[in-house]
Amino acid sequence: MNRANSVDIRTRLQEFLPKLVLAPSFALVLLFVYGFILFTIYLSFTDSRMLPSYGWEGWENYSKLFRIREWDTAITNLAIFASLYIVICTVIGLMLAIFLDQKIRGEGLLRPIFLYPMALSFIVTGTAWKWFLDPGIGIENTMHLWGWESFEFGWIKDRDMAIYTIVIAAVWQSSGFVMAMFLAGLRGIDNEILKAAQMDGATNFQLYRRIIIPLLRPAFLSAFVILSHLAIKSYDLVIALTGGGPGNATAVPATFMYSYTFTRNQMGIGAASAVIMLMTIAAIMVPYLYAELREKK
Amino acid sequence: MAIATQDNAASVGRIGRTFVYLVLLLFALFYLIPFAIMLINSVKPLGEITGGNMIALPQDWTIAPWLSAWSTAQIGVEPTGLKPYFWNSIRMVVPAVVICTIIGALNGYILTKWRFRGDTIVFGLMLFSCFIPFQIVLIPMARVLGILGISGTSAGLVLVHVVYGIGFATLYYRNYYAAFPTELVRAAQIDGAGFFQIFYRILLPSSGPITVVCVIWLFTNIWNDFLFGASFASGDAAPMTVALNNLVNSSTGVREYNVHFAGAILAALPTLLVYIVAGRFFVRGLMAGSVKG
Repeated sequence: MNRANSVDIRTRLQEFLPKLVLAPSFALVLLFVYGFILFTIYLSFTDSRMLPSYGWEGWENYSKLFRIREWDTAITNLAIFASLYIVICTVIGLMLAIFLDQKIRGEGLLRPIFLYPMALSFIVTGTAWKWFLDPGIGIENTMHLWGWESFEFGWIKDRDMAIYTIVIAAVWQSSGFVMAMFLAGLRGIDNEILKAAQMDGATNFQLYRRIIIPLLRPAFLSAFVILSHLAIKSYDLVIALTGGGPGNATAVPATFMYSYTFTRNQMGIGAASAVIMLMTIAAIMVPYLYAELREKK
Repeated sequence: MAIATQDNAASVGRIGRTFVYLVLLLFALFYLIPFAIMLINSVKPLGEITGGNMIALPQDWTIAPWLSAWSTAQIGVEPTGLKPYFWNSIRMVVPAVVICTIIGALNGYILTKWRFRGDTIVFGLMLFSCFIPFQIVLIPMARVLGILGISGTSAGLVLVHVVYGIGFATLYYRNYYAAFPTELVRAAQIDGAGFFQIFYRILLPSSGPITVVCVIWLFTNIWNDFLFGASFASGDAAPMTVALNNLVNSSTGVREYNVHFAGAILAALPTLLVYIVAGRFFVRGLMAGSVKG
């Protein structure tokens, strides 16, 4: 639009208008996202306790943070949770997608069944699984009533195993979504390639291993990015399922941040933990988004 | 998901096919059983849960747990049931979704049809804002809501959800409008149509599908949010998710599992309903949120 030198005020207004309309929401994002991030980063270097305070402390909060045992637990838990969650969801999702892609009768019925948990709140999922996994009334009790007296499934009350119950509930919730991503990927594959491979005498197994799965690379990448992002942010599920317990055995960075900031009045340390969470997510998301945006150009 | 895809699947042997069906059915059970158990136990008297089998059908069918969860169960200290919190959630979700969608549509329109220098950076910044861990904004947000005098209110939550929903709404509309022929917009411009006129007359009429996707996505996300609700409105203005969690964890006396299950279903009902009615769009929204750019 090279009409900038036009004297017509209306035209100039028209050219200015888009930016004017975009400006307020962009300003909101700048302030409430990036301004707030800077503010939290700043707080992580201060002696804030119950309220923000501005006494500079340097890296003090970070070195304290890494000496706190609960943070150690939280990081370890996140590593266990995230890796199992990502791997299991991907395996189940890929398997279901491949199976559903075999001209299955009733696919239209199965697909929504696999996916509906994604519409639920993690609080709902957590509440439901909390009682299924409860040894007193849940699966263990049912097995006992069915005559399998020695059956034991008390993971949710067990300090060492409770984190795995979170994996179970989270996989239940999200694996169908991963299935949908892979299914979309499978359906996007060019049939000519497959026909050619079949003519060359490739077996089904070879077809999947050598051709189809490598072609699904973008779906794998998206699934990985989305799942790891969900894992790092996961807060509601842990709260609803175990409340971070027993003790703090299922603490994750998100619950750690909340409890240090709002209930233990260690805002500086809470801010530092939030900054570490952001950095972890940014390390995954920024390269991914950058690549996606560049591709589009 | 076209018909052509059917050829993707080469035929497997009969044993293989049986195995495939078996696995698919097992997984269907895995996904369905938890909800079925919730439903069964929400219409059972408490005694049958604590003294009986969770998987068995009720001997005495009762809707008392539902009535209790809705209107008399103890939430925190008040025996109000989930009803007031359900309306809190509605009061929070509806304005937030409407405002966000309007902003998103306009932003998407501008970022594709009125491009300017630096628009990719603007979009990139908005896009990244979808993926931040919200813990990073909790502390300043609590301060700002306090200063504005809307902490602990539905209005405060609306503001929060609008701000953090803009990114996704913009993403949806931008990707959708990017495929819309720019020539039409240019032609209308030459005919003298203005910025808003072009939007109303040319883009908006064809924005139906993406609007459904965007509304569903925002509705589900905002309805299901727990972190912001718990942080900024844990009292009278608490949304449904926070109230449900209080219901489950605050019972001082006997744990009324049947009421918890009924409450959980009540909290899930709106999003579930949306999913059943418009599942196709729900899936598309999820995909668009994951395959960005």
